[in-house]
Formats: sequence, structure tokens, C-alpha cells
Amino acid sequence: MSGRTLLWTLGKSGWTKRLHEGFSGCGKAFLSSSSPKVCIVGSGPAGFYTAQHLIKARQDVAVDIYERLPVPFGLVRFGVAPDHPEVKNVINTFTQTAKHSRCSFYGNVNVGKDVSVVELQQAYHAIILSYGAEGNRSVGVPGEDLAGVYSAKDFVGWYNGLPSCQELSPDLSCETAVVLGQGNVALDVARILLCPVDVLKQTDITQPALEALAQSQIRRVLIVGRRGPMQVACTIKELREMVNLPDSRPEMVAADFEGVTEALKDLPRPRKRLTELMLKTAVETPGEKEQRRRASASRVWGFRFFRSPVEILAEPGRGRAAGIRLAVSRLEGSGEGARAVLTGDVEDVSCGLVISSIGYKSLPIDPTVPFDSRRAIVPNSNGRVRQATGLYCSGWLKTGPTGVIATTMNNSFDTARSLLEDMDSGTLDVSAAKPGSQSIGALLEKRVGPGHSWRPYLIL
Amino acid sequence: MALVAAVRRLAQVSLREYSRKRTAVSWGGRLAAGRSLTSGTHALRSDNKVTVHFINRDGEKIAAKGSPGDSLLDVVINEDLDFDGFGACEGTLACSTCHLIFDDEVYKKLGPVTDEEMDMLDLAYGLTETSRLGCQICLTKSLDGMVARVPESVADIRQTKDEAS
Repeated sequence: MSGRTLLWTLGKSGWTKRLHEGFSGCGKAFLSSSSPKVCIVGSGPAGFYTAQHLIKARQDVAVDIYERLPVPFGLVRFGVAPDHPEVKNVINTFTQTAKHSRCSFYGNVNVGKDVSVVELQQAYHAIILSYGAEGNRSVGVPGEDLAGVYSAKDFVGWYNGLPSCQELSPDLSCETAVVLGQGNVALDVARILLCPVDVLKQTDITQPALEALAQSQIRRVLIVGRRGPMQVACTIKELREMVNLPDSRPEMVAADFEGVTEALKDLPRPRKRLTELMLKTAVETPGEKEQRRRASASRVWGFRFFRSPVEILAEPGRGRAAGIRLAVSRLEGSGEGARAVLTGDVEDVSCGLVISSIGYKSLPIDPTVPFDSRRAIVPNSNGRVRQATGLYCSGWLKTGPTGVIATTMNNSFDTARSLLEDMDSGTLDVSAAKPGSQSIGALLEKRVGPGHSWRPYLIL
Repeated sequence: MALVAAVRRLAQVSLREYSRKRTAVSWGGRLAAGRSLTSGTHALRSDNKVTVHFINRDGEKIAAKGSPGDSLLDVVINEDLDFDGFGACEGTLACSTCHLIFDDEVYKKLGPVTDEEMDMLDLAYGLTETSRLGCQICLTKSLDGMVARVPESVADIRQTKDEAS
């Protein structure tokens, strides 16, 4: 990828030199103690895009970004599929922001544990919560705790090197894997499971994951959803990658596509093209060349529609998944708002690996911050946290865990604009001097004793 | 591990079966020239330049010049035009942030759209019939004087989005 990434990685070893330099100076511009100080919690795209917008808009704003992990960039680093390196190019613009004289990045700081939001509010004029969604929605069926059942969040974290997921060691010795959910993450998981190892070798997938996948016996991946073809949450680029996946062929149920051709003409272009590609792949007889390619493919993938998980079945006498019981549903209504209604029929599918990809989920990190547990977001209006002053949110924490980087970018700019409006109008008082990282640094030094791995992590 | 991964990234081969139409800029140029995506050889004669007029999100018209073969994204980067978040994926067809809107006449002159561009364009906010991705449009003399509008990336009128239950 870019030489800048390499330089940054090499420069990582330089941080030890700065270990004892504390939070002041370190080559950053000296700012008067009365400059508005903003604290951003979370260093993924939301955190960085919000910082970027603020720094650009006002010459006196200083931004400190706090991150729980030792390294920045959140899901861009740990969530983007290893065979999608171009999506990670945004890291370059984030690095530029981090190097800005009015921006500082601090890793290994767990807000909510090491320092409270109230303490941050004493030190900064405004706090922007951008810590995303570190949890996942649970399927809520018996058998979810069996061996061989994982959340997509953990599975993706595993192959992407997220430290907390490195012990996952998924058993890939079964023939069939079932992925629950039909969004882009579900397709990423299916694609990585079936991707030829030669291709994976050239990505930045972790070595243990590469070795595990090289030994994998999985030859069939079913991507299961409750609703129909016109409700899939994935986008066409990811679908096209499945269709074009070397050594794999599609296998779907033609009956699932009844009525789809007729409905095409009324669809907006993005949904129309996506549905057309799916339809073509599922029901059309391909040309000779493609027929031959499919006949020689050793792996199979397919969407299964109108199926809802009701139980994950265990191998008798063993605590591991051997199958999944799916209830058959039908659609009520049409389009995005269509609902799945159970018919009463069930179907059992043998499988040894179940990956639930039904959504990430934000978690509350501090009891003083309002949290809507039904929607799993921080209640807000244009990024201004409700019933709070000086508290904002951006990214998935603000709107829920859907959207690509560009969505998050716009969302973050929106929050930054709210904060800027409040600063300009005086709604947010930035006239009193605030100590910013000086006091937080001192607090952390005192609080986290020897043996704790907290350290300031400064990007060159 | 991170070092090995980074080296791997530098050396990796494109995984796509179809070719990605990259901008006219070399990777070497990117490494050497920092944020600028210029290929490094500028036309010495000014009459080889192509003028593009960008209309930014505030409605201001900004004239910029590029060389034939430069993509519109190259022009935005090289001329330091300040469009928030433009070109996030650096011209690799992995986002829709270089979305530009043209009038009918200019749009017709821009040539065919590949499936890959269309796939990403489909995700763009405020998509129109005459939308394209700036990283895929390369300048030619016949496009001299063209106008490209940078669309809003969020709703024009900031509604109060009620995110509480």
C-alpha cells in the first residue's frame, strides 16, 4: 500500500523515546491555555473525521483523541476485510490529522474505566463520544453458546488481528458453514471462508488465520436471512465479489425469487442493479464458459431466504454445533419495510460453524452519559447529546451501527458542525481556560500504577 | 507483525478479476509526493492545460487547471481544492466521496461508466442521472472549460434528527 503506512509502522518503535515526555510539548504547537479544548473518545473514522473538521474550521481549537486500544483507527484497521486494502487508504488522511499540531492521539486509555466522562468534562470544553459499537446483537436462541458459534464481530476480529480475538481458534473442520445475516459483513465472512488461500496469502490477514483457513474443510457457505432477495442489506460490490470468487459456484433456490423480475422496474437504481445481479446469478442459465467454471468449482455459496434461526443444534453428547433449526417465514409488505412472518414450518440444516452477522451494538461506557438501550445509541439531536451540555457523539454511537466510511464521515462532519455552532453562538462557553490533557495525563499517571500498560502513544 | 503486514501491503497484487481503472498517476508518484497524486511530470506549455470549473458546496465557482490524462480527483488534490472528505479512498473505487455532478452536455462527453464505478456511484448521497466519480474521469482537451458540481454530502437543510426513543 502506501509508503506512509510503512513509515508509520516503523516509527512505532520511536514512541518508547517519548514515553517520559508526558503530554506536553513533544513538537506540537504551543497553545494558549484559553484555546478551546475538545476531547474525542474513540479513534476510528468517526473520531478522526470529527477531529479533522473541527481543526479545519477553527484555528484555535485543539483536539485530543483517546483510544482504548494501543493503536488507532478502529474498524478501518480491524473490521475492513483483508482483501479490501483500498478501503483502508483513509488511514493516510487520518494520519495527517493526527500529525497536525493541534491534534494529539493517546492510546491505551479506557474511558469509563481509567478515567470518567465527568473527569474529562472538567478538563475539556467539549467531549465527543465516537467509540462505535464494540458489542454485537445476540441471536437469542438456544445453542448460541455452543462451540462452533461465533459473532461475525469476533470472527472478523480474529482474522484481522484484533488482540482480544486472537484466541478464538475456530474449528473449520466441517463441510458447511451458516452465516446469519445478509449484510456486507456477512458477505465478507463468507468470502474469506471460501477465498482461495493463494489469494488470501497476499493480503494482510493474520498468519494464524491464514494457516487455519489453509486447513479448512469448509466447502459450502449459506448466507441466511429472514426476508427476501429485495431486502438484503449488502451492496453490489460485495455481491459481485462472491459471484466472481475463484473456484466457487453459486447455488440458490429459484423459488425464493418469485415475483422479483416483475418488481424490478419500480426499484431505484442501486437496489435494481443489486437485485438484477442476484437474480441473474441465482436463476439464469449461464454461458458455456461460466458453466464450465461452475462445474469445476470446489466450493459452493448461496443466499437462503425466508429463514429465521430458532435453535442451534448440538452434536449428541458434545457441546458443539452440528446443525441449525430454521423457521420458514414469508413476507408481509414489500420493499425496505417488509416484515418476516413465521409460517410454522421448520427446516434443519447440518453445519459445524455458525456465524451470526446480525449487527454490531454500542455499549454504554459511563453511567453519567444518557444511553438508549433499545436502540443501543446515545440519544442525540444532530450529534448533541440530549440532556447534557458539552457532550456530543458521532459515528455509529450516534446513528446505529450501519453505513460505510463515507456515511460515518458525513455523520461526523454533522456533529462537528453542531459543536462549532454551539461554540460560535456561545451556547457552549469556551471562554474559561481548561487544562485538557495536562490534568488528564497527571490523573492517569497517579491512577494507573506500575504494571499497567497505559502509556502515551504518539504518532511520528 | 505489523511491519510484515505493511511490507505485504506494499507488495500485494490486485485481487480483483476485473481490472480497476486507476487514475493516471503512478504509485511511485504517490509514495514520493506525499498527499499530492501528481505523476510528477508537469506540462511545460500552458496551452496543454485543461480548465475545469468546480462549484463547491457553498455554490462558489472555482477554476482549476489540469493536464490531459489527469483525473478530476488529481486536479482537486493537486490544486489543493478544499472539498471536505473528497477522495477518501484515493482513487481506488472503494468509496463514493469524489462524487461530482455534471450538466447533460458535459456528461455525454465523459464516456462510458464501468460496472465497478457504477457499483460505488450507487452508494453516493444525492445520486443523479448525470453523476460520476471524479477519480474515473480523465481530462481531455475536449473537456476544456467543463463545469463539475460538488454535491452536498448530507441533507441540505439540517433537520433536527430525533435519535432518542
